[in-house]
Amino acid sequence: MRGISKSFPGVRALDGVALTLHRGEVLAVVGENGAGKSTLIKILAGAHAPEAGSIFVLGAEVELGSPVAAQKQGIAVIHQEFNLVPSLSVRENIFLGRERAKTGFVRVREESQAAAALFDRLGVAIHPETKCRSLTVAQQQLVEIAKALSQQAQIIVMDEPSATLTTQEVGRLFAVIRDLRAQGIGVIYISHRLDEIFQIADRVMVLRDGRHIVTRPIAEVNRDALIEWMVGRRLENEFPQRRADLREERLVVECLERGEKVRNVSFAIRRGEVLGLTGLIGAGRTETARLIFGADRMEGGTIRLDGRRLRPRNPRDAIRAGIALLTEDRKAQGLVLGRSVRENFGLPNLPRLSRMGFVRRGREGTALARYLASLRIRISHPDQPALQLSGGNQQKVVLAKWLERNCHVIIFDEPTRGIDVGAKYEVYLLINELAAQGKAILMISSELPEVLGMSDRILVMHEGRITGEITDVANATQEQIMRRAVG
Amino acid sequence: MTDRVSDSWAARLLSEHGMLVVLLLLSAYYSWATYDIQHPAGESGGERLAAEILQKLPASAQVIIVAGEGKEDAAFARVLEDRLGAGGMTVVETVKGQPADARQALERIVRSGSRLDIIACHSSVAAWGVFENLGQKFPPLASARIATPETYRWPNFLKTDNLVNIANQIAVIALIAIGMTMVVITGGIDLSVGSLIALSAVVSTLLIREAAGAEQASANGMVLCSVGAIALCGAVGSFTGLMITVFGIPAFIVTLGMMLVASGLAYIFAEGQSIYQVPDSFVWLGRGADLGLPNGVLLMIALYGLAHVVMTRMVLGRYIYAVGGNPEAARLSGVPIKSVLIFVYTLSGVLAGLGGILMASQLKSGSPTYGGMYELYVIAAVVVGGTSLSGGEGKILGTLIGAFIIAVIQNGMNLTGVESYTQKVVLGLVILGAVLLDMLKKRGWAWPRWMKSQN
Repeated sequence: MRGISKSFPGVRALDGVALTLHRGEVLAVVGENGAGKSTLIKILAGAHAPEAGSIFVLGAEVELGSPVAAQKQGIAVIHQEFNLVPSLSVRENIFLGRERAKTGFVRVREESQAAAALFDRLGVAIHPETKCRSLTVAQQQLVEIAKALSQQAQIIVMDEPSATLTTQEVGRLFAVIRDLRAQGIGVIYISHRLDEIFQIADRVMVLRDGRHIVTRPIAEVNRDALIEWMVGRRLENEFPQRRADLREERLVVECLERGEKVRNVSFAIRRGEVLGLTGLIGAGRTETARLIFGADRMEGGTIRLDGRRLRPRNPRDAIRAGIALLTEDRKAQGLVLGRSVRENFGLPNLPRLSRMGFVRRGREGTALARYLASLRIRISHPDQPALQLSGGNQQKVVLAKWLERNCHVIIFDEPTRGIDVGAKYEVYLLINELAAQGKAILMISSELPEVLGMSDRILVMHEGRITGEITDVANATQEQIMRRAVG
Repeated sequence: MTDRVSDSWAARLLSEHGMLVVLLLLSAYYSWATYDIQHPAGESGGERLAAEILQKLPASAQVIIVAGEGKEDAAFARVLEDRLGAGGMTVVETVKGQPADARQALERIVRSGSRLDIIACHSSVAAWGVFENLGQKFPPLASARIATPETYRWPNFLKTDNLVNIANQIAVIALIAIGMTMVVITGGIDLSVGSLIALSAVVSTLLIREAAGAEQASANGMVLCSVGAIALCGAVGSFTGLMITVFGIPAFIVTLGMMLVASGLAYIFAEGQSIYQVPDSFVWLGRGADLGLPNGVLLMIALYGLAHVVMTRMVLGRYIYAVGGNPEAARLSGVPIKSVLIFVYTLSGVLAGLGGILMASQLKSGSPTYGGMYELYVIAAVVVGGTSLSGGEGKILGTLIGAFIIAVIQNGMNLTGVESYTQKVVLGLVILGAVLLDMLKKRGWAWPRWMKSQN
């Protein structure tokens, strides 16, 4: 790719970016949110057309006018959200739209064998007739890779492939990627997790504000340099320092129960405390948070807030009582994407930002403006649809709406997922500031360095139960947590 | 500089008010297609003719005014008489009625031997046979001339009466479309509104007949009966909302069921008959025009204003958009989504009930056949108005424009003599076209790729 440029309303997303990928190479692309990674991917996938610049595959200039055109050039993109039909089988998904058929009848056996061969090549055991719905996230990802291979892809682009995987699953994914590399396939690997990049990439390319900053062999760079390139300034520390000032217990949860996911969960959070809650994906952390927030119905147990019994029937009750939940999936649960930043910001705050049923738009605007400045949210106008914002800015809008609500207990579910290093640091500072204000904070996270760096105390969950508590966080290790997380 | 401003102004008009532009274009087309010779009559005809006569003839002229029957002609004669009298002319006689009345009047004038200079009437009266060969039939009146208001050219479509008629015709649909817009914005649909029109019309007229004294019913009694019918429709709407929120049945299914239930109930209550035992004053809402415009139209305008404020300025409006845009995010933000949903279906029921009352009042009777297929016209108005059936977006005023687009097309086709079967086809295609236009606009006028690659 040479001199690729692309603009969107109000933003120049890519500005003359060049990228070269060799056969049998893993090229990592890193950058903050809004740096232009997603746009780059979309151009490669044929979803967006570049305004300037050209793309060459094996020396020949190509035009990727549509996703199909990109596929024909052997480029396959595996997005964060998979393109699988849950109700169809693995085999049907792999060959979707390219069925091996004769006079309208699908040759099931032939497809089945081909699919099995693909999984052999990947060294994984997935039965081709399993419905995609019943696969784990990691398995679905492998199906996507198999689908890419079945299209004779020579270039595979992976967008944040490890974001929803557990540590072991990431290890397996890396084995597959190394395998692909050995087979001469070029992989573009996009990730926020710098540790992974040092493990898997041959070269690393840094984007910032739509510009190409640097591309270097991985052996020639170190972590600090990479971060510096990404944020354009030196970050002293990944996690800000804070002196914890723990006061009385604010939220007490006892014997919480709901099905398989939450079993006999009890804990307490003090004012001014950041309680880390970690575990593998599916351990029941989010489900626990949803019970406290009234989003799901409790089957047993009690919740006390400042000593008073709380029985939230719905989120509305919990919010009234002073609990906020920042969900992990901001697109599906945090924002009404089609509506404006202003309306999203106002949503939980309307009871206070209205009079006699009328929204006080003046007050709402002033309140929002305050957060736009303090959280450095980049939008062109408060009436801009939330859809148009980058991931980091979306997360900040979610933060803003809950900060305005001024809750006593704030539950962060994967607060930094899909957020770049610079924005992460800002979120950490914010969490610390909230704790310093005497709020009780429950921080759910899968990233162990984050849990260790931020928490005053750590709880580990496994299969719905709390399997460990670490009070001496300063001297705790990732291994210590992992041992408890696997049961 | 000026050019650029007007340029962006035009572009913005097109992109933000595309449907309004469509409505104006349609109106312009039908204005052109119905441009025709106008024969003034009624009040304005009287004014014109009086002015013409006063200008051309001396004040000593003797005039007889001849008009047909009906309100319009009465107004024509009254205005003419007043103006001519004020101008000092002698109005020998004013005749309102049949040609035979005119003949008798002329005979009286001949018998009395008085002079007659002008027979003032409008063009359709002038065509009466009694005025043919006037000099032969009544020799003394040979010098009398027949004066009619001067004709002029003007589109039939743009005549005030016609415009008011359009608004009147669409009032019921537009009224109900307010509720439907809110329902569709929440991501739902309400198929029961057509049947609720019938139920409301039947129940209100039935109550008036059975409980309020039939033709002798008092105003309060009629209001009470109407409120009762509307409340019943609101209750049906609430029930719909409950089925949707509590049991999670899709709105399409629930309202399809309620459509059958309500229609069936209307037939049972009315025993399959029309109910017309209502006082004459029952037509006040549908046919009365206390403030210049028909009361039904005024009601519609007022409710649109109200709904616009609710959707743009009030918490409830925000909640409705949020529930449609992303119910889960809305719920997790503390929006009482169940209450919001029950509210919009209740409102839709209430407005359908009101629509039924309006229709019964316009037609001065209640029948279980009212409102057939109306749900589809209502949905069409909403969709043509730019509201997305997938929920989360749409504008109340867009729906008003959508309703008027439908009304203008129907009215225009009637005026241009398109037969009713063809009208259906055209209307269907126009609805499709309008929505296609809206889609293209939203995608920034990007045509599908395959269409481009062909040329």
